Amino acid sequence: MNIERQEIEKLATLARIAIDDSTFSEVSQRLSSVLDLVDQLQAVNTEGVEAMSHPMQATQRLREDEVTETNQREAFQAIAPETEDGLFLVPKVIE
Amino acid sequence: MHNLTIAELIKGLQSKEFSSVELTQHFLNRIGSLNPAYNAVITVTAEQALKAAAEADVRLAAGNAPALCGVPILHKDIFCTNGVRTSCGSKMLDNFIPPYNATVVENFEQAGAVVLGKTNMDEFAMGSSNETSFYGPVKNPWAPDCVPGGSSGGSAAAVAARLAPGATATDTGGSIRQPAALCGISGIKPTYGRVSRWGMVAFASSLDQGGPMARTAEDCALLLNCMASYDDKDSTCIDREVPDYTATLDGSVKGLRIGVPKEYFSEGLDAGIEKAVRAALANLEAQGAELVEISLPNSGLSVPAYYVIAPAEASANLSRFDGSRYGYRCGNPKDLQDMYSRSRSEGFGKEVQRRILIGTYCLSAGYYDAYYGKAQQVRKLIQQDFDRAFESVDLIMGPTCPSPAFKFGAKSDDPVAMYLEDIYTVATNLAGLPGMSIPCGMADNKPVGLQIIGNYFDEARMLNVAHQYQQATDWHDLAPEGVAS
Repeated sequence: MNIERQEIEKLATLARIAIDDSTFSEVSQRLSSVLDLVDQLQAVNTEGVEAMSHPMQATQRLREDEVTETNQREAFQAIAPETEDGLFLVPKVIE
Repeated sequence: MHNLTIAELIKGLQSKEFSSVELTQHFLNRIGSLNPAYNAVITVTAEQALKAAAEADVRLAAGNAPALCGVPILHKDIFCTNGVRTSCGSKMLDNFIPPYNATVVENFEQAGAVVLGKTNMDEFAMGSSNETSFYGPVKNPWAPDCVPGGSSGGSAAAVAARLAPGATATDTGGSIRQPAALCGISGIKPTYGRVSRWGMVAFASSLDQGGPMARTAEDCALLLNCMASYDDKDSTCIDREVPDYTATLDGSVKGLRIGVPKEYFSEGLDAGIEKAVRAALANLEAQGAELVEISLPNSGLSVPAYYVIAPAEASANLSRFDGSRYGYRCGNPKDLQDMYSRSRSEGFGKEVQRRILIGTYCLSAGYYDAYYGKAQQVRKLIQQDFDRAFESVDLIMGPTCPSPAFKFGAKSDDPVAMYLEDIYTVATNLAGLPGMSIPCGMADNKPVGLQIIGNYFDEARMLNVAHQYQQATDWHDLAPEGVAS
C-alpha cells in the first residue's frame, strides 16, 4: 500500500502534528508498512460478529450528581505553561 | 539485603533484623552506584524515601503494620506521583509534576511501602525495546548491548539488577510480560479492570492494565494484593473482591489442565526458547499437571487488530497534549494552531507521532468501519478462541516472546519487526485476560520467559502454578553477572 503525500498532509492537520518536508518520504514509507500489516484484517469474514469494546461487556456506571472533588485550580494552574488571573493563556485567537 | 525476596524482606522487617531506613538506604546506594550503567531509574526520590522509611519503622515498631510496610519499590514513570515528575518517558511531560497520586501509588502509600523513585520506559509506553524513551535506552543487565524489552523495560531491568525488590509496570500489548521475559524476572498483567487505571497516563484505554514485577511469583502475589482494588474513579474498573493471592500459592498442580496452543510454537519461534518452554511444561507435567494441545485459530490476527485499536485509542488519548494546560509548549507560537502542532511535533518522539498518525488514519471519515470497526470484530473472534479453549483447560501456556533480548537498533528501523515482538502477548490484552511471564531457562545466555494465560480473574491460580514451578526450579534465582554480590 502506498500512502500519498496529500493524504499524509491531511492526517498531519487532523492530528495537529507538523511534519517536516525532509521527513515526508520516511513517514510515508513507515505508515505504509504498518498499513500493509493491518490490512490483513480485510480478508477476515466478520459478518454478524459483534464489535467488542469491553471484555466483560461492562457498561458505563452512573453516580449521583453530587460534587465530590474540591476546587484545585491553583494546583492545576501551577503547572501550566502560562496563566493569568486564573485563566489558561494561549496565543491570540481573534485578530 | 538486595538478594532477599520481598517475602524475606517482610520477615526481616517485622522481626527487626533490619530497619526500613537501613534497607532503603541500601537500595538507594545501589541505585546510585549501579544505575548509571543501566539507566533503569530516571528519578530518585531519596529524601522522600528515607522519610517514608522512618515512618514505616515507627509503624513496624508499633506492630500490626500492613505486609508491605517498609518495603522499598519503584514506580513506572507512567503512574502519577504527587509532587514528583511523571514524564511517561516523553519530552512532552518532562516538566510535568502531577498535583495528585494515581490510585495504585496511593494504595502502596497507604500500605507503607517506600518509593525509591521512578523507572524509565518507552515513550507513552509505545515500544518493545525501551529505545523510544526521551531519557535514552535502558540496558539489559544480562547483556548490556541488548534491549531490556519494553515498554516497562526500566522496571524490569531495575528488578533484574536488584536496584529494588519489586516495581510497578503496565501492559497494553505485552509491556509487562515481554520485558519480564527478556530480563529474567516475573511479572503479571491482571485481568482488565482488576487494577485501577486512575492516574496512570492513558495509552490505549481498552487495553491498558497495571501490574507488578518482582523476581518471584510469591512477590508478585504480595504486590498484587496491594495494587488491585476497586476504584470508583476508574469507570472500567470491576467491582469484585480482591482475594489474598498469597493464600493459595501452596496448592498442588496435580490434575491441572494446561492448554498448549499449537499456534504459539510455529514458525518464527527461536529454537532455544522452544526448548526451554517445553522443558518447563514437562516439569509441570511431572508435578501432575496434564498438557492438552489446543488451537487458537485467530492468533495470527491479533497483531494486526492490535495495531489498529491501540493507535486509534492512543490518537484520541494523546490529543490532550496540546501545550495549553500542562506539559511542553513550543517557543514563540505564532497562533493557536501553530502552538498545537509545533508543541506536539517537538514534544512527541517519532514512534509516538507515527502511532498518532496511524490511529488518526484508522479513525478518519471513510475508514472508521474498515479499520476500527473491523478490528473490534476481530477482537471478538480472538476472545471467542480463548472462551472455547477455557471450556476444556484451566490455564494456557507458551513462550512469552519469539526470541531472546535483541541488540540495540536491531529492530528500530522496521516498525513491523518490532511489533511482531508482541505476537504471543497482544491477544490477552485484546481479550482482557490476565497474562504472566516467569523465567524458565536461558537461550543464547539470555533469559527465556514462560507465559501463563489465565481465565478472567484467575490470577490466584496463575500465581499458584508459577509459585509451584519456582519451588521446583531455580531459574528465578539466577542473577546477571556482578549483580548478586
